[in-house]
Amino acid sequence: MSQVDTHSHTDHHDDHHDHGPAKGLKRWLFTTNHKDIGTMYLIFSLVMFMTGGAMAMVIRAELFQPGLQLVEPGFFNQMTTMHALIMVFGAVMPATVGLANWMIPIMIGAPDMALPRMNNWSFWILPFAFTMLLSTLIMPGGGPAGGWTMYPPLIQQTGVALPFLIFAIHMMGVSSIMGAINIVVTIMNMRAPGMTLLKMPLFVWTWLITAYLLVAVMPVLAGGVTMLLTDQYFGTTFFNAAGGGDPVMFQHIFWFFGHPEVYIMILPAFGIISEIIPTFSRKPLFGYESMVYATASIAFLSFIVWAHHMFTVGMPIAGQLFFMFSTMMIAVPTGVKVFNWISTMWRGAMTFETPMLFSLAFVFLFTIGGFSGLMLAIAPADFQYHDTYFVVAHFHYVLVPGAVFAIMAGVYYWLPKWTGNMYDETLGKVHFWMSTIFVNVLFFPQHFLGLAGMPRRIPDYATQFADFNMISSIGGFGFGLSQLLFIYVVIKCAKGGVKATDKVWDEPRGLEWTLSSPPPYHSFSVAPEIK
Amino acid sequence: MLAKQGTAYYVPHGSHWPIVGSVGLFSLMIGASSWLNEAAFGKYLFLVGVAILVTMMAGWFGNVIAESESGAYNLQVDKSFRMGMSWFIFSEVMFFAAFFGALFYVRNLSVPWLGGAGNNFFTNLLNWETFQAAWPTNGPANVGGDYETMSPWGLPAINTLILLTSGATITVAHHAIKEGNRRLLNIFLFLTFALGFLFVGLQGYEYYHAYNDLNLTMASGVYGSTFFMITGFHGMHVTVGAIMLTVIWFRTMKGHFLPEHHFGFEAVAWYWHFVDVVWLLLFIFVYWL
Ligand code: HEM
Ligand SMILES: [Cu+2]
Repeated sequence: MSQVDTHSHTDHHDDHHDHGPAKGLKRWLFTTNHKDIGTMYLIFSLVMFMTGGAMAMVIRAELFQPGLQLVEPGFFNQMTTMHALIMVFGAVMPATVGLANWMIPIMIGAPDMALPRMNNWSFWILPFAFTMLLSTLIMPGGGPAGGWTMYPPLIQQTGVALPFLIFAIHMMGVSSIMGAINIVVTIMNMRAPGMTLLKMPLFVWTWLITAYLLVAVMPVLAGGVTMLLTDQYFGTTFFNAAGGGDPVMFQHIFWFFGHPEVYIMILPAFGIISEIIPTFSRKPLFGYESMVYATASIAFLSFIVWAHHMFTVGMPIAGQLFFMFSTMMIAVPTGVKVFNWISTMWRGAMTFETPMLFSLAFVFLFTIGGFSGLMLAIAPADFQYHDTYFVVAHFHYVLVPGAVFAIMAGVYYWLPKWTGNMYDETLGKVHFWMSTIFVNVLFFPQHFLGLAGMPRRIPDYATQFADFNMISSIGGFGFGLSQLLFIYVVIKCAKGGVKATDKVWDEPRGLEWTLSSPPPYHSFSVAPEIK
Repeated sequence: MLAKQGTAYYVPHGSHWPIVGSVGLFSLMIGASSWLNEAAFGKYLFLVGVAILVTMMAGWFGNVIAESESGAYNLQVDKSFRMGMSWFIFSEVMFFAAFFGALFYVRNLSVPWLGGAGNNFFTNLLNWETFQAAWPTNGPANVGGDYETMSPWGLPAINTLILLTSGATITVAHHAIKEGNRRLLNIFLFLTFALGFLFVGLQGYEYYHAYNDLNLTMASGVYGSTFFMITGFHGMHVTVGAIMLTVIWFRTMKGHFLPEHHFGFEAVAWYWHFVDVVWLLLFIFVYWL
């Protein structure tokens, strides 16, 4: 990767630039600064993570024992639906966008994002969208309860909440599309001289490809949910066989969005891990270019595998075969990535600070999720696994110790850069070990539950599933509690602590480490030279 | 305007318009949802939201136009705008792709299946025995009652000519702006949005005709659904495009834009060509074939 030479990045100011942040609330409401906006995204994401987490606690509490004890079944279904929607659209996506906002301009030597006012709007739509979504919980008939996948005809039974759900999704879509456009334009147009595409840090690469996926699929989701709305309120029959439509068509539209969406959540995570592992192995990333090509192939393949979510719905045999093999093909570029991460560590002078610990856990545990994905990709096997807890275990492995761990690794890795203070390493490690142990206690038994036939999205279950559910719930509570420690570590670090050096770590690569910690309000007013 | 060229990127100062836009969007969405749920205040809240959004757009674009005319933007900013607009249009393409996808799906898969194609013999026999798959259809249950389809060779053909002509007039206007021929520019830009609004008017008339004479409505099964959703979203885009052209026309009348630098004009022209292309596909697959 690139050697970095920075000239005078702080001493030049354009007349039009604000020299520092505005005061008070105005700073946050009107800001065009990528760091302020990044910070808001990250805080918002943390709040949503806790909100969605609280719902998960309700779910695990109800499932602690067989029988119905705490909540009404209808409310339970609202919890599973809202938990997923909030975690996907409110926690994971905004967190990666927040990291992109903070880091991409710095990593490519730019003063800010390309379209800073639109950047502000992308963020400020989100709190309103989620207020709208959450408000459905107190409406007559409650919130949506048909699952985050919103399949008709079930979802058509939602009461007054339906249009609120759909319009909230529209708002999230508008926000993501604008955010994605901004990221693509920033990367394509704002790179410092000499920062050629193949010198870009991998986090920038993965986000470039993610942004492309976002612009391509969010509008499709918008179209699909609009059809749900008109079917319900304007008499169209897109998803109604009586009028010539087909409820299965919704599933096709949804998963044409939905499968790229899971890569929208994981590709930036790949990027973060590809930044961290080289730093703590003190070696350049192994196979940089193959990482780029692997990311691009994954993105391409993600468009042609969607119906692996629909094997049991009824599909021509040729379709089953096509989607089975195309899905399995994704394991190849994914394998390339895992291989490269491990080869980067091979004979490295490794140390195990908190970001590295999270990254190592990511490589190991994400791969478990990939393997269960491969099992699910086998169409005849999926007839057995589909809609059981095995699927729940699969996607939680790729999303929690996958995407969420990578985000946390990124936060620990860059927090000293952002705040100028080191976080408390001991507490960070405690947080890591608690999270890693509990996440496995929480999700590993769900594989067994699924293989034994326990269906997903149910508030009660047969007594044969009792033991594993209790273990899983204990893991859940433990994982939930551990995250309070995370909040404490982050707040403590923001408030003060040992001063961080500009480099923070031993010999990290990348432009972010050439700026002061914390960096100046405007990162690179004059472009650094990259040789 | 390229008064300033330099290595420094123009980072605009803060703006209150985005948050105003969020409040507007919020009230529009809450209003629309409540309206659908038959709450009395819904309609008003919706309209308040529309008003706020219109104000926001006027204000925000007003700021950008003023900054552009004062020469604050350099070539790199111009390029950001270009890329941003292209990617926005790509997202619009994908939005229409969802509806065209639905159209192809019902025409090639779900309707034939209901008629017993593939391994769906029993679906047809047990559920919809008398149903013969054909397109157009309002489904085996004759949803919405008997209807007539829209013939492509009346108004739709005229509308095709209108849009294609407007594509030509905007190209003339573009050449005029590049040659600095402002009179020609003003005339042909005017013609373009006049044709745009004429299209929208005729489309409105066509809807009136469909509802009143043909009994063809949104609820006419899946033919009505796809017909009205695709033409409807297209019509909305033409309306927005024509409004944008009008704004650009007012700007050219005021002497905005230079022969070598007129991104605002070009962005709208791209958008206009985009709605043009969508119409051609629509004319072929929705009206004709
Ligand atoms: C080698 C890679 C992967 C393969 C082969 C794979 C395969 C599958 C299959 C076949 C299913 C459908 C199971 C069923 O419903 O019966 C599924 C579900 C799911 N996967 Fe994956 N997957 C992979 C990676 C990922 C990643 C990286 C993520 C997210 C970061 C992810 C998230 C999900 C989610 C959220 C679901 C469940 C959606 C739902 O029904 O609610 N998967 N996966
Ligand atoms: Cu998938």
